[in-house]
Amino acid sequence: MSAFEATPTLAPTGGARARTRRPSVLTVWRWELRKLVAQKRTYLGLGLAVAIPLIFVTVERLRGGHGGGHGDGSIFMSHITQSGLATPVLMLLFLSVFMLPLIAALVAGDIVAAEDGNGTLKTILTRSVDRGQVFAAKALAAMTYATVAVFCSAVVATVAGVASWGFHEVVTFSGSHVSAPEGLALVLAANVCYLIPLLTVTCIGLLLSTATRNSAASVVGTIGIVILLYIVSGIPGIEGIQPYLLTEQFENWHGLLRTPTDWAPIGHSAWVCALYAMPALIAAYLVFLRRDVAGG
Amino acid sequence: MNDEAPPVRARGLVKRYKEVLAVDNIDLNVNAGDVYGFLGPNGAGKTTTLRMALGLIMPTEGEVELFGRDPIRDGARALEGVAGFVEAPRFYPYLTARKNLELLAALDGAGARGRIDEVLDVVELSPRAQHRVGGYSHGMRQRLGIAAALLRKPKLLILDEPATGLDPAGMRDMRALIRRLADDGITVLLSSHQLPEVQELCDRVAIVDRGRVVYEGALTDLRRQGGAGYRLRTTDDTRALELLDGRPDVERPGRDEHGALHFQAQESDVGAVSLALGAAGIGILALTPELATLEDLFFRLTEGEVADGDRGKQAISAGNGAGARATTSNGSAPGEPLPTAAAIEGEAHRR
Repeated sequence: MSAFEATPTLAPTGGARARTRRPSVLTVWRWELRKLVAQKRTYLGLGLAVAIPLIFVTVERLRGGHGGGHGDGSIFMSHITQSGLATPVLMLLFLSVFMLPLIAALVAGDIVAAEDGNGTLKTILTRSVDRGQVFAAKALAAMTYATVAVFCSAVVATVAGVASWGFHEVVTFSGSHVSAPEGLALVLAANVCYLIPLLTVTCIGLLLSTATRNSAASVVGTIGIVILLYIVSGIPGIEGIQPYLLTEQFENWHGLLRTPTDWAPIGHSAWVCALYAMPALIAAYLVFLRRDVAGG
Repeated sequence: MNDEAPPVRARGLVKRYKEVLAVDNIDLNVNAGDVYGFLGPNGAGKTTTLRMALGLIMPTEGEVELFGRDPIRDGARALEGVAGFVEAPRFYPYLTARKNLELLAALDGAGARGRIDEVLDVVELSPRAQHRVGGYSHGMRQRLGIAAALLRKPKLLILDEPATGLDPAGMRDMRALIRRLADDGITVLLSSHQLPEVQELCDRVAIVDRGRVVYEGALTDLRRQGGAGYRLRTTDDTRALELLDGRPDVERPGRDEHGALHFQAQESDVGAVSLALGAAGIGILALTPELATLEDLFFRLTEGEVADGDRGKQAISAGNGAGARATTSNGSAPGEPLPTAAAIEGEAHRR
């Protein structure tokens, strides 16, 4: 007798089947998050988002907080020891250019392609969820990850900054000062505004992940697009297109830290980012719906 | 899910990858309760067909329905009551077996989560359920694949080469499990190139070669039609052979390597042959029917053409097998008489 013959028999499959209640996108999304939580790669990105503010604060404390720097950040750099709230602003300035887009791309570029390569995409697509649900859950999970990375970085920078230099009023780009609570609210709002272009990067990563079926190509491709746009923004003679480049939108939150508050860059970045994000997301969705899943 | 509709019904399935024609106008009919073997050499188009059946890839032409629903048109609803895997079952290596099943149960809904312990017991993975799948052997992953399929309480189980890569004991256990699931009333569509597995498990088969179905029908019909041979032992084999040689209702009389007589004839003619032997004073010591093995038939159907390039392929006649269907790839019109088994065999021998 074989081993299986000694095992219990499955319950009968039954006759008339009750109409099954199919899982929602939220259920699939929750499992996408659980998969992310179980992967080491997830912590690489989050680790970077957290480590950089910690390293910065540590180094500044060792240096005695002499400040320095140039450009938009110089004003915060020079006030770094006067308020802990300058730290998250400065970190957002630094990380928003390349590091946070890289962290977002790490997951967005991988989330479909890796499953296709490992063959697990066919495993989940032969269950009771539609492709559209799976795609929506993956898109939401990638966006959730990017959001978590931004706020992890912001929270760590704020806590470390306040712990090092106190919860005091903070300077703005205009040179005026705002109270500490208002400064904290502005830090939060700035990070929320930064999510607009960052989630756009996520959509581009998702498109590449879906279309190329190759994790490395998708991650590198997403970052490559960001670098390309920076290069384009530096080409003399085409300054007219600069306001419409995605990379320019990474600074959309600066208007919040001016006196009076300049909302125009945020509104502008919202529709410019939509011009990048929506086609990417729709194309990714259509590719995902129609693609042949034969990987793994 | 329409319980009245056949579990699998494919019509004119074609899948083309640029200039490569992977599946060429395949029709399939899997009926409720079948253990249906989907046979073919590597690269014949089996897996591609199953992928289309599960909605993983889009047919270039044609359609496939599972219980009356098209996976492309109806999406996940078409997979209600359907489970299985294509190629090796794949899981998240960084999750435990139980977590993998919990994930899949969440995607199934309908109380699948409550069946996790039960299906782990069925495939005997309960003791290893808390181990990460990344550390599983191939055989354990195959069994976990079956467990994942059973979570859905399937009425149709689609298994692609489930015994591939298993050791002999694992293969035996897998066959026993499939047999038992079939006995529980689950229709099984089993793709394989392991002929003993199909011969042991399946009652109906489709043999596919180069993307085309060259035979579909009952396995017993195939074996009967493909090799209605008889082995004969008499009191005077020399005279018996002379007698058989002279009879029009006997084909290919001869001796095997051990000197034993054999011949081919329709079952209805064998009585006349035995009477003739008796009338000639030749005593029959043994007259044993011999069905061709599935392996013989498989190679006859699939390898003949390999040697023959593009020559039109002829398939074994379905004969009197109910529901059996044979196809030709040389464009036989519907209703045109199909070649007889003997003609096919003769064709195969000429090749």
